[in-house]
Amino acid sequence: MALLELQSVIAGELAPWSMALESGECLLLNGPSGSGKSRMLRAIADLDLHQGQALLEGKPCSGFSPPQWRQQVGMLAAESAWWEEQVGAHFAGEVDKALLQALGFGPEVMSWQLARCSTGEKQRLALLRLLNNQPRVLLLDEPTASLDPVNVARVEQVIIDYMKTYQAAAIWVSHDPQQIQRVASRHVEIRQDELCEVAL
Amino acid sequence: MSLISLSAFDLSIAALLVLALAITSALLGLGLGRQLLVAAIRTTLQLLLIGFILKFLFENLHLGWMSLMATVMLVAAGYEVMQRQKHRFRGAWGYGMGTFSMFLSSFSLALFSLVVIIGNDPWYQPQYAIPLLGMMLGNTMSGISLGLDRLTQSARQQRAAIEARLMLGHSWSQAISLIRHDSMRVGMIPMINAMAAAGLVSLPGMMTGQILAGSPPLEAVKYQILIMFLITVGTGFGTMTAVWLGARRLFDERHRLRLDRLITKE
Repeated sequence: MALLELQSVIAGELAPWSMALESGECLLLNGPSGSGKSRMLRAIADLDLHQGQALLEGKPCSGFSPPQWRQQVGMLAAESAWWEEQVGAHFAGEVDKALLQALGFGPEVMSWQLARCSTGEKQRLALLRLLNNQPRVLLLDEPTASLDPVNVARVEQVIIDYMKTYQAAAIWVSHDPQQIQRVASRHVEIRQDELCEVAL
Repeated sequence: MSLISLSAFDLSIAALLVLALAITSALLGLGLGRQLLVAAIRTTLQLLLIGFILKFLFENLHLGWMSLMATVMLVAAGYEVMQRQKHRFRGAWGYGMGTFSMFLSSFSLALFSLVVIIGNDPWYQPQYAIPLLGMMLGNTMSGISLGLDRLTQSARQQRAAIEARLMLGHSWSQAISLIRHDSMRVGMIPMINAMAAAGLVSLPGMMTGQILAGSPPLEAVKYQILIMFLITVGTGFGTMTAVWLGARRLFDERHRLRLDRLITKE
């Protein structure tokens, strides 16, 4: 059984999307700006009204409570958002030390003030926040957009390792052709509002 | 000590002063002259009207008339709450939320205090019931307006943060909790401040009125304390109810933030 299945999910102007994603698969999604990639991720995370449905291990989204669904099918927004002043206040449970280190932070990061973090730091912390929830499916909206090359490599490695450890799957929005070469196991491109699977 | 009756001439002198203010502000180009005069005329007409209505109610003591009057006051307060929102809820919610909260808090509280605390015979004696309800509604209305306004504005501004919490699997209630607290506080703080400043900075209007009308100061004070307590409780519960309902309405059953349920005033 597929880990994540989409049955004619419609978001924005895009044609209905049906596909099945196995655990361990990393599907790279690219297409022109404004073509509706983020809206598609939001529909899968059940954040917007949409048509069609997504299923996790055969169970439809409507069979989960919304918080349960979003814990399992975790989305990382293109721009990170925070609601408390301190980094640590955004983390519910124990933070995985190895993960923290792999993303280039020491344990003291938890006492940092968000107002003093750079965009790139916040983006990496948002990924940490998401992975700390241990979702089965990752919906990543340009997770490396505002990072320098060293941190792009770090983040890619962290995500690949995470997917291996937790048998997770990912839908990863990216504009970087080289990133597709590095991390993708499948590639879907948006052409004139159609979602087309292309060979790697 | 008896009340000195004001003549039409006395009021005309005060009206001339308002006119002088309007002319001065027009000369300064504040653009307030017209607004000021319209407001002054409205005050005169509205208060005269309510004077006649009160006179009628006093002379025709009947529960039916009183209920009608109370309903009109509630409906007007509900409308005012809606009008003060920059972003209000679509459909019946926009009107119903504030009105229901006021009904629940100030309306029932006014009833309770008339029957249990004041214990007049009959309990709906307009001399007590109408000013009491009026003060309760007037203050609760402000609290609810402030609270709801803060709620909807913050939800729009902090949309990304609310949705970030939803994405992490927080429930709607957790996702809006900080904004909800903040909005409830904003609605309640003016009343708390008013209680703290009463008598030191400001002499509350009702007490002043009773003293002007010849009541012994301590009797007036006791009534004022009662009113302050009732208003605070009414505003507090009313604001909590309205903000809670509003926060709930911002999300649907799938815990999605539904800002499309708000419409922005032009």
